[in-house]
Amino acid sequence: MNAHTNDDHGIGHVSPIWMLLGVFALLIFFTVMTVAVTYIDLGPANIWIALGVAVIKATLVGLYFMHLRYDSPFNSLILVCAFLFLALFIGIALMDTGEYQQNIGPPDTVRPVAG
Amino acid sequence: MSNEQKHTGDTGHGDNHHPPDHPAHLAHHFETPEQQFESGKLGMWVFLATEVLMFGGLFCAYAIYRGNHQDVFLYGYGALDKMWGATNTVVLLASSLTMAWGVRAAQKGQQKLLLTMLFLTFMGGVGFMCIKGVEYKAKWDHNLFPGTMNAFYYEAGQPKYPEKLEHAIEFIDGRNSGGNSGGEVQGGGGHGLLDADVPYDESPAIEHDAQQVGHDGAGHIVSASPVILTASFGAPADMSTIKPPASPADMGVNDAVIDHAGVLTTPSAEHTQVLWRDLSSAEQKKVHLFFGIYFMMTGLHGLHVLIGMILIAWLFWKAKKGAFNKDYFAPVDIGGLYWHLVDLIWIFLFPLLYLIH
Repeated sequence: MNAHTNDDHGIGHVSPIWMLLGVFALLIFFTVMTVAVTYIDLGPANIWIALGVAVIKATLVGLYFMHLRYDSPFNSLILVCAFLFLALFIGIALMDTGEYQQNIGPPDTVRPVAG
Repeated sequence: MSNEQKHTGDTGHGDNHHPPDHPAHLAHHFETPEQQFESGKLGMWVFLATEVLMFGGLFCAYAIYRGNHQDVFLYGYGALDKMWGATNTVVLLASSLTMAWGVRAAQKGQQKLLLTMLFLTFMGGVGFMCIKGVEYKAKWDHNLFPGTMNAFYYEAGQPKYPEKLEHAIEFIDGRNSGGNSGGEVQGGGGHGLLDADVPYDESPAIEHDAQQVGHDGAGHIVSASPVILTASFGAPADMSTIKPPASPADMGVNDAVIDHAGVLTTPSAEHTQVLWRDLSSAEQKKVHLFFGIYFMMTGLHGLHVLIGMILIAWLFWKAKKGAFNKDYFAPVDIGGLYWHLVDLIWIFLFPLLYLIH
């Protein structure tokens, strides 16, 4: 409880035990939830819920287990930038693959090569 | 580094060049222990960012492949066991907890607790790898290897291992129609119930492929509520006649999937357990790629777990020698960051591979 006041040497942030256990309990709760939700049909929403829960879990791990909340914000910035570049990479790659799919015939269907 | 090298014969950790009150762990090129600690962490975060980007390549392959071949994923994931995946998630989360607790113990100079927590974290890694081993073994028993050894591998349009293919189809079809992960809502008679009179056509690939064998009436729908299902599929014949005949442009295109989802907006339409015969012959030839992606993603992750375990073993050894104290625990903290990143990546891998819907 009083870890903040005990932290007198000034290096790093000492996480109180209740916080570690609380974050762990939340992570387990979200894991159970994400498995449970697959038994319910929500159409295309299922994948987005699964990913949303994963993002929440990842944020919890990052903020508390990895101390990002108490760190220099620059460390968080590095991680966020990595994810932004990843989104850019995957997003543009997906746009590209969508553009070409209509030109690809199924290999099985015998079809004269156009052009 | 270059600063250290100036002092020949000095490791950079000796006290000779420092003021008398200088802590032994403070390297020459840092002003204060705080600065050293923060710099080390910053370096680690830059490394973790590159790790995220490295895994990103695989996630990109996953996204493209799943986006274009939904049914291949719905089929292939039948070989995976949701409960093992969930168990491994819990194991990894628990080891992340013990790691974070270990960092706390190191920060507070609790030597015995630190050793205990590092040991527990290491055992979490052992547990994870053992479960992963059980899972891999279950795949290998059915010749579901990565690459060209996979039972589903096709060469020049022909199955490379016809007998193994038959066996693997039997295995996955059995899981997909039996009580696999989706078993809870499926019920034993789900299959037969719908087979007879409901031509099912959610997937464009299924519907439009002229070469599809046993396509009509083969629709295999798993539903929590068959009553709703039959109601909403009440006029399936109309729907299929409305659709234009197969045009290559429709094949496996995302738009087509959306079209259909629009037509079949029933709560149960998504709960499809795909069987081999439901796949178009073009997609049947791509099933082996699902296992390629599965093994590469979990394999690279597993490699990281192993590296993390080596790091934790090293930390344990150092801690046992009393290397860490209240003022110097940076290696524990930074090793912990690596372990948490491995956990973080698994948090995304688990729903993407095991909870495909």
